[in-house]
Amino acid sequence: MQNQTVPSDSPLLELRDLRTGFALREGYVKAVDGASFSVARGETIGVVGESGCGKSITARTILRIAGTNDSELGGEALFRRRTRDGRPGEVVDLLKLAPNGREIRSIRGAEIAMIFQEPMTAFSPVHTIGNQIIEAIQLHHPVSKDEARATAIDMLRRVEMSNAERRIDAYPHQLSGGMRQRAMIAMALVCRPQLLLADEPTTALDVTTQAQILALIRQLKAELGMSVMMITHDLGVVAETAQNVAVMYLGKVVEYADVRALFHDPKHPYTQALLASIPKLGREAGARLHPVKGMVPSPFNRPRGCPFNTRCPKAMPGVCDVDMPGPTTIKPGHTVSCFLYGAGDTRTEAAQ
Amino acid sequence: MGRYIIQRIVLTIPTIFAISIVSFVIIQLPPGDFLTAYITTLESGGQVVDQAQIDALRNQYGLGEPVHIQYLKWISRTLVGDFGYSFQWQRPVSELIGERMLMTIILSVASLLLVWAISLPIGIYSAVKQYSPGDYFFTFISFIGLGIPNFLLALVLMWWAYSYLGMSVGGLFSQQYADAPWSLARVLDLLAHLWIPAIVLAVGGIAGLIRIMRANLLDELPRLYVTTARAKGMKEGRLVLKYPVRVALNPFVSTIGWTLPGLVSGSIIVSVVLNLPTTGPMLLTALQSQDMYLAGAILLLLSVLTVIGTLISDILLAWLDPRIRFN
Ligand SMILES: Nc1ncnc2c1ncn2[C@@H]1O[C@H](COP(=O)(O)OP(=O)(O)OP(=O)(O)O)[C@@H](O)[C@H]1O
Ligand SMILES: [Mg+2]
Repeated sequence: MQNQTVPSDSPLLELRDLRTGFALREGYVKAVDGASFSVARGETIGVVGESGCGKSITARTILRIAGTNDSELGGEALFRRRTRDGRPGEVVDLLKLAPNGREIRSIRGAEIAMIFQEPMTAFSPVHTIGNQIIEAIQLHHPVSKDEARATAIDMLRRVEMSNAERRIDAYPHQLSGGMRQRAMIAMALVCRPQLLLADEPTTALDVTTQAQILALIRQLKAELGMSVMMITHDLGVVAETAQNVAVMYLGKVVEYADVRALFHDPKHPYTQALLASIPKLGREAGARLHPVKGMVPSPFNRPRGCPFNTRCPKAMPGVCDVDMPGPTTIKPGHTVSCFLYGAGDTRTEAAQ
Repeated sequence: MGRYIIQRIVLTIPTIFAISIVSFVIIQLPPGDFLTAYITTLESGGQVVDQAQIDALRNQYGLGEPVHIQYLKWISRTLVGDFGYSFQWQRPVSELIGERMLMTIILSVASLLLVWAISLPIGIYSAVKQYSPGDYFFTFISFIGLGIPNFLLALVLMWWAYSYLGMSVGGLFSQQYADAPWSLARVLDLLAHLWIPAIVLAVGGIAGLIRIMRANLLDELPRLYVTTARAKGMKEGRLVLKYPVRVALNPFVSTIGWTLPGLVSGSIIVSVVLNLPTTGPMLLTALQSQDMYLAGAILLLLSVLTVIGTLISDILLAWLDPRIRFN
């Protein structure tokens, strides 16, 4: 295992105060507003939150595909590259790379790959899936078309696509949703990336297929030794796959903890509300989560202070609607941004 | 794919049948039958027409017989290339329209190629660089192109080519080649004359298709499959050409079918101004003088060509788009 040479405290990806905003005609949208967390090697991190809280944009910002020229980025996304012989290489700030430039393109697909929420529309409808997978290989490896095709078929077999030799020449509309998502996973993993950004990979699928796809991702993750960022609104998926979890609300990471701590000892009122909303039995998988009372505030009109104060049952008037709490460390590896636990590490220190 | 093509070909048969009935009705529209008009023409030319000849003709055209017999006789003659007789020109219609049909097709294809060659890249540029100065410039130009009457453009180009290039630009041939048999020199002469009418006829189409291509591509660019391709690490230029442009191209292909009737009906004035030996002006005079066999033949052939054009664009579309091909 080449990974063993890396010190365990050297993360693969470290987000520091990541910010992504869009200047729209209707106003300025802070889609991601200061997200900080890191992804260790071989780790699966879950990113959860209600619709619109900036999960997808966080992932897309890492790959620099969040809007093409209209997005404004801030903070840092430090990524440890891989050298040609597979060893850990230099650290680059993904946000500093030229948009669509040579370096970010050599990372996309090869070192960080992404699978999307809707397998229906993620493939070009007028090219075969084989064409699109072979292209992904040839973009990063100087191999002949025949070799690339053999690799693609092999990868399709590994995602348990039956009849891979024939299905490789199928068009997306000829495959079922589950098959398309398998093809998508094959395309994402065919260059053996270090990090897989899985953006709600099972949302569009039925329960059985959902379980199969999750098992598949887990298995391939172990085989390839990669890290996974599992974006989902489904806490069940998190419980099944992730070691650590970042809970997002209106573009901010409000709580970060390992899976056990999060489920057994949630600190942030938002996390508590999310967990309370899971029906214990026969919960409908894939259904959208709208657990917490009230609507998510409009991204154009964010509340002052803590973004959650308008819906928070424990909100303290005069405190929560004035200032934004910084992250407070409850114990190593568990941080929460909430005034119930202090105003944040740096501020408390400064105040003392 | 093979099955689809055969299906589409079979489907054109009823259409062509309907077209033939319309053409037949048009030919029958003027009062009096063809033979009376024919005899009058012959007699006014000082010829004596005997009864036996009249009877033979009457039988040949099925005059006096039920309409469906007349139609059958007419269509079976038409199918072997006998389109009847033009009174105005005193010659069989088939002799008159052969070359004009060819010229019409050549001109259509030339201006279609021109339309594509110019509007495709500009449309792509305008969509990819939306709201850039270049986009505004081409939008401005294409609205002018849409607004300008093309006969006016024809006059301006003729004047410009005559006074600055010293070319006489009426027609598709120089005088010495107008009635000459085909030769390499004649083809070159045709090419030297073709560009002005091709440009004139193409301008409106170019302006229109720039707008269509721009709008189609703007629809496709934000689609997820484009993001997927970008996430693979593709170069932006190659990515745009391979994916969204390819999908945006489909509506383009369907324009092949209606180019021909558009060129014929929309460009009669241009053809008259530029003195082009195409079917447009001939159709106009034939209708004016009620030369119905000539008019009917031109309408029939143009309609059939349109059907064939549509057939070709449908087949191309199926070839481009697997979702059509497999359903
Ligand atoms: N290209 C864009 N331009 C402007 N605003 C955008 C763009 N993409 C996303 N947004 C906005 O950014 C915010 C975060 O969106 P994002 O897609 O990250 O949410 P999400 O957490 O993934 O939600 P879901 O669970 O619905 O996928 C939303 O308010 C959205 O409207
Ligand atoms: Mg999303």
